[in-house]
Amino acid sequence: MKKSTILNQNSREKLFTYGMVIVAFIVIQILKTGGHISSSLNGQLVPICAYIVMAISLNLTVGVLGELSLGHAGFMSVGAFSSTVAAVSLQSSIPFAPARLAVSILVGAICAGIAGVLIGIPVLRLKGDYLAIVTLAFGEIIKNIITCLYVGVDSHGLHFSILTSSDALNLDEGGKIIINGPMGISGITKISTFAAGFILILITLVIVLNLIHSRAGRAIMALRDNRIAAEAMGISITKYKMMAFVTSAALAGAAGGLFAQNYSTIVPTKFDFNTSILILVFVVLGGLGNMKGSIIAAAVLTVLPELLRSFSDYRMLVYAIVLILVMLATNNEPVKNMLRRIIGLPHKKEGSTIDGQ
Amino acid sequence: MSIKYEVYAMTFLSYLISGISLGSVYAIIALGYTMVYGIAKMLNFAHGDVIMVGAYVCFIMTTNLGWSPFLGVLLAMLVCTVLGVVIERLAYKPLRSAPSLAVLITAIGISYFLQNAALLLWTSNPKVFTSVVGDTSFKFFDGKLSVSLVAIVTVITCIVIMIALTLFTDKTKTGKAMRAVSEDKGAAQLMGINVNSAISVTFAIGSALAAIAGVLLCSAYPTLMPTTGSMPGIKAFTAAVFGGIGSIPGAMIGGLLLGIIEIFGKAYISTQLSDAIVFGVLIVVLLVKPAGLLGKTIREKV
Repeated sequence: MKKSTILNQNSREKLFTYGMVIVAFIVIQILKTGGHISSSLNGQLVPICAYIVMAISLNLTVGVLGELSLGHAGFMSVGAFSSTVAAVSLQSSIPFAPARLAVSILVGAICAGIAGVLIGIPVLRLKGDYLAIVTLAFGEIIKNIITCLYVGVDSHGLHFSILTSSDALNLDEGGKIIINGPMGISGITKISTFAAGFILILITLVIVLNLIHSRAGRAIMALRDNRIAAEAMGISITKYKMMAFVTSAALAGAAGGLFAQNYSTIVPTKFDFNTSILILVFVVLGGLGNMKGSIIAAAVLTVLPELLRSFSDYRMLVYAIVLILVMLATNNEPVKNMLRRIIGLPHKKEGSTIDGQ
Repeated sequence: MSIKYEVYAMTFLSYLISGISLGSVYAIIALGYTMVYGIAKMLNFAHGDVIMVGAYVCFIMTTNLGWSPFLGVLLAMLVCTVLGVVIERLAYKPLRSAPSLAVLITAIGISYFLQNAALLLWTSNPKVFTSVVGDTSFKFFDGKLSVSLVAIVTVITCIVIMIALTLFTDKTKTGKAMRAVSEDKGAAQLMGINVNSAISVTFAIGSALAAIAGVLLCSAYPTLMPTTGSMPGIKAFTAAVFGGIGSIPGAMIGGLLLGIIEIFGKAYISTQLSDAIVFGVLIVVLLVKPAGLLGKTIREKV
């Protein structure tokens, strides 16, 4: 009997998460057609979707797998650049923009997934803060390499060159430079739409929530909670860690693809340490292992600087103070108990459960 | 042939010296990271921005108000010390028993706060920092090798700090208390050590060192902006991990090696890829020695 109620609760939570996303999408669509959304917010819709996907995917690494990653923007970068290259090369073969977007996002996800495998092999051997610093290092390396990368396309196919300059690509007449080193990609056709972002969020949720509630997901969480006990139960550490890490990387790549094709220009330095940290802030504020929380935190915190516009120059300062105060309020016992008394909630002992929703 | 080799040797030497000098700055910053990590077990990402504040205070005192460089550095150290202790009291102390990720995010919040406060106070226009020791340089080998005074002062400062810090942690009562707290907080408290004041002293020392590092860094690389501290901060953090985080000699060795690798990477391999080389070496080192060069590998008890 107990098992079935747990399952019911899980699926209820799942349905609630999907429902929340769908309702939010419909409400925003209605507001959009009614013209109630400011143009600045309208321009933020696709980035918000991309950040939500990033937050969910990072939550898989940090919340579910329990390893701190400080280089998640690196995978976003790989996805952004590879998918844009794919979109530009396929411009003539797939004229229908949504299909091209889907294919290019898939390419971005696959490339980021491959990067995830390559990086995961060394990274996942380490533990704790050392693992965190190596992910930071890989994030910086990816940024650095893409800054030196030149890619062009002509009738013979793609040409790659590193370090030199765009001349070394030896393009034919009529060839086109796609990635131009530090200048990144310019002249991107903006094919990302809010609807595409919404669909990507749903796909991400389906993948992540189903993974968490599968046998593999339980194995991953067992590794997080007690590695030694899990290993003694016969759970393969490498296999399940890699599974979570690579899924997370591939989803970040997809988010990167969506994000890049919302802008006309994209530069490698956009995906730096600060972006990784921004996503980490979403995950921690939303709650570790809590996908619903990640979605809300990513959306609210992306819009927040916009809402703080009335503070003009002080808005990032206010943002920083809000961040610190929220961390203090949610993690300091005396403050927490005081807040509970104000709101009127009963006292609760520390030890929140991570239920995977 | 011999002339060619001589030129080669001289350029090599001059790169080595700039590498050691940059490495010394990293080492001083890394000391702050590593001491705080050792005692409070937290990654203090706001440390890089304390460097920036120190550099700005010194810049304003010396360039705008015409104070002597010595007084400027002293005031910068004072301001940073107070800043470090205040940050610890207000933001980190209430989170002493919170999960480490919450403390990390708070540190990032502090980092945003300092950067944006600096942006409001001093605008985003880069300031040209005048070196606190002037731009004198010495010539060696009939003028074939030139070494700037800044580089010499940086290296000497680093050595002095290193010796002073080692003596402090080994000989004084406060230093021993700090080591005891970093070894085992609970046991130290039972022995009558005031854990809170030991942590405060650590933050004070780390922040004062950050001020010195900021002034030295901007004396060698004179552009000063609100984001000046972040990249050296990350590099120094890498240096601390490289040497084994929590270990004071480790921070020193890690900083020096990182500086030398960065300059040699820039000079002999590729300017654009220098960061990738630095981080690549870090990854290789961590794979061979997962706790850094001088880090203690703690065996897991099952």
